[in-house]
Amino acid sequence: MIEMLIHLMLLLILPPLLLGVINKTKALAAGRVGAPWLQSYYDLLKLMRKGMVLSTTTTWVFVAGPVITLATVLLAGLLIPFGPFNAPIAFTGDLILFAYFFGLARFFTTAAALDTGSAFEGMGAAREVTFACLSEPALFFALLVLAKKSGSLTLNHMLHGPVTAFPATPAAPLVLVTIGLFIILLAETCRIPVDDPNTHLELTMIHEVMVLDHSGPLLGVILYAAALKLFVLSALLLHLIAPFQTGYWWLDWPLFMVETLGLAALIGVLESLMARLRMKRVPYLLTGALLLCGAGFILLVR
Amino acid sequence: MMEMLNALLVIVLVLNLFALGSSRILSVIHIVGTQGALLGLVPLLLHTHLSMSVVLAALAAIVLKGMVIPSIMIRSLRSAQIRREVEPLIGLLPSVILGAFATGIVLLFSKQLPLAIHQINTLIVPASISTVLIGFILLTTRFKALSQVLGYLVLENGIFIFGMLLVQAIPFIVEMGMFLDLFVGIFVISIITNHINQAFSSMDTRRLVSLKEE
Repeated sequence: MIEMLIHLMLLLILPPLLLGVINKTKALAAGRVGAPWLQSYYDLLKLMRKGMVLSTTTTWVFVAGPVITLATVLLAGLLIPFGPFNAPIAFTGDLILFAYFFGLARFFTTAAALDTGSAFEGMGAAREVTFACLSEPALFFALLVLAKKSGSLTLNHMLHGPVTAFPATPAAPLVLVTIGLFIILLAETCRIPVDDPNTHLELTMIHEVMVLDHSGPLLGVILYAAALKLFVLSALLLHLIAPFQTGYWWLDWPLFMVETLGLAALIGVLESLMARLRMKRVPYLLTGALLLCGAGFILLVR
Repeated sequence: MMEMLNALLVIVLVLNLFALGSSRILSVIHIVGTQGALLGLVPLLLHTHLSMSVVLAALAAIVLKGMVIPSIMIRSLRSAQIRREVEPLIGLLPSVILGAFATGIVLLFSKQLPLAIHQINTLIVPASISTVLIGFILLTTRFKALSQVLGYLVLENGIFIFGMLLVQAIPFIVEMGMFLDLFVGIFVISIITNHINQAFSSMDTRRLVSLKEE
C-alpha cells in the first residue's frame, strides 16, 4: 500500500523536475546560470491560473486532446515498475496496453492539431505520425526482446528480469535494445537530435507545431504530460541501464530518484553536445533504432 | 567473460552500421578508429592468462588502429581539401538497410556452420563475416579514394575478428608483422591519394579510368 502511494506521488510530482535538471545542465554547459531548478513547476502554476482562448473553428476534440493525452500517459505510468518495486497495476499482456497508451495519446494530440483547421498544425501532425511509424515498431521489438529474455508477458517480470539475472546484463541483445530504447526515448519526448523543444522555427518543429493553438491551462496540461512521458520512458530505460538495488526499501526509492535525475542530466549533456538533425535525416536515426531492436530480437531467437 | 566478449562484438556491429550511415568522412574515420581500438581489447578477453607479449600486442593494436591510422587519414583529408561529404553510389539509408540485412542473414546462417563446440555461443564468426561484408559494401559503393581506404580498414577489422578464433596459436612475431603491413599499407595509400588529388584535382576514383593527356 505504502509502495503504491510513493509510486503515485513520484509519478505526479517528480516529472517537471526532470525538465529543470535538463535545462540546468544545458545552461551550465553553455556557461550560463540558467533558470532555477523548480522553474517548470512555476511555469505550470502560472499557466494554470491563466485564461484560455478557443478558436471558433475548434470542436470538443480540441479540448479533449490534451486531457486524454495526460490521462493515457498517467495510466501508462501506473503500468511501469519503478526501480526494484512492483507496478500498481499488472496483468498478463500489459506491455501491449503500455505501447498503445502512447499510441492513443499520439492519436488525440494529432486529432486536436488537425481540429484547429490550420495547415501549419496539419503539417506537424503529419510529421509526428510519420516518425511514429518507425518508433512504434522499434518499441515493440524492444519489448519483445525483454519478454523473450524473461519468458513473461507482464511488465513487472520482464523489467525485473535484468536484476535477478545480473551477470547476464551486458549480454548482446540487451545492449542493442538499450541503444534502441534510448533513441526512442529521445524521439518520443522530442529531445534534441530529433526535435528541439525551444525552437519556434517552421522548418524544424514536430511536436511544438501541434500545440501552437493551445493556451493557458490546456498548454499547461500538455507540458505536464510531456514531462510525464519523459519520466515514464526514463523509468523503463533505467531497468536496462542501471538495474541496481540495495535490498532496503528506504534506500531504493532515493536511489531510483537519483538514477532518474542522472539520466536527465545525461540527456542534458547530450543536448549540449549535439545539434539537431536535419528533418530528412530523422527517419535514418529512427530506422537505425528499429534495426537495432530488430537485430536484438534476431540475436535472441537464432 | 563470454558475455563481455559478445557485448563488445555487438558494439562493433553497431559501429559498422554507423560507419555505413554517417555522411561525413571525418566521422567515418573516427568510427572506424573506435572500432579498431575496441577490437584491440578482444584478445585480452580471450586469453586465459595474460603474458607480456599478449598485452604488448593488444596495446600495439589499440595505439595503431585507434590513434596512428586515424591521425594519418585525418591529415591527408585535411591536406587534400576535398568536400567532406561521402557521396555514395547508393544512398546512405539504403546502404544501412543493406548492411543490417547482411548482418541479420549472417547471424541466422552462422548457426549452420560446423564450428568447434566452444565457439558456438560466441559471436566471433558471425561478427567477422558481417564486418567483412560491410567492408565490401563500403568499398564498392564509395567513390572517394579515402572512403575506399576506410572500407578496406573495416574489411581488415573483420578478418582480425576471424583471427581471434586462432588467438592461442598465433605467434607474437606474426601478429606484429601484420600490424606493420597494415601501417605501411595505410601510409602508402595516404601518400598515393595525395598524389591522385594533385594530378586529377579530385579524389574520385572513377576518373582514374580515363587516360590523361597534356
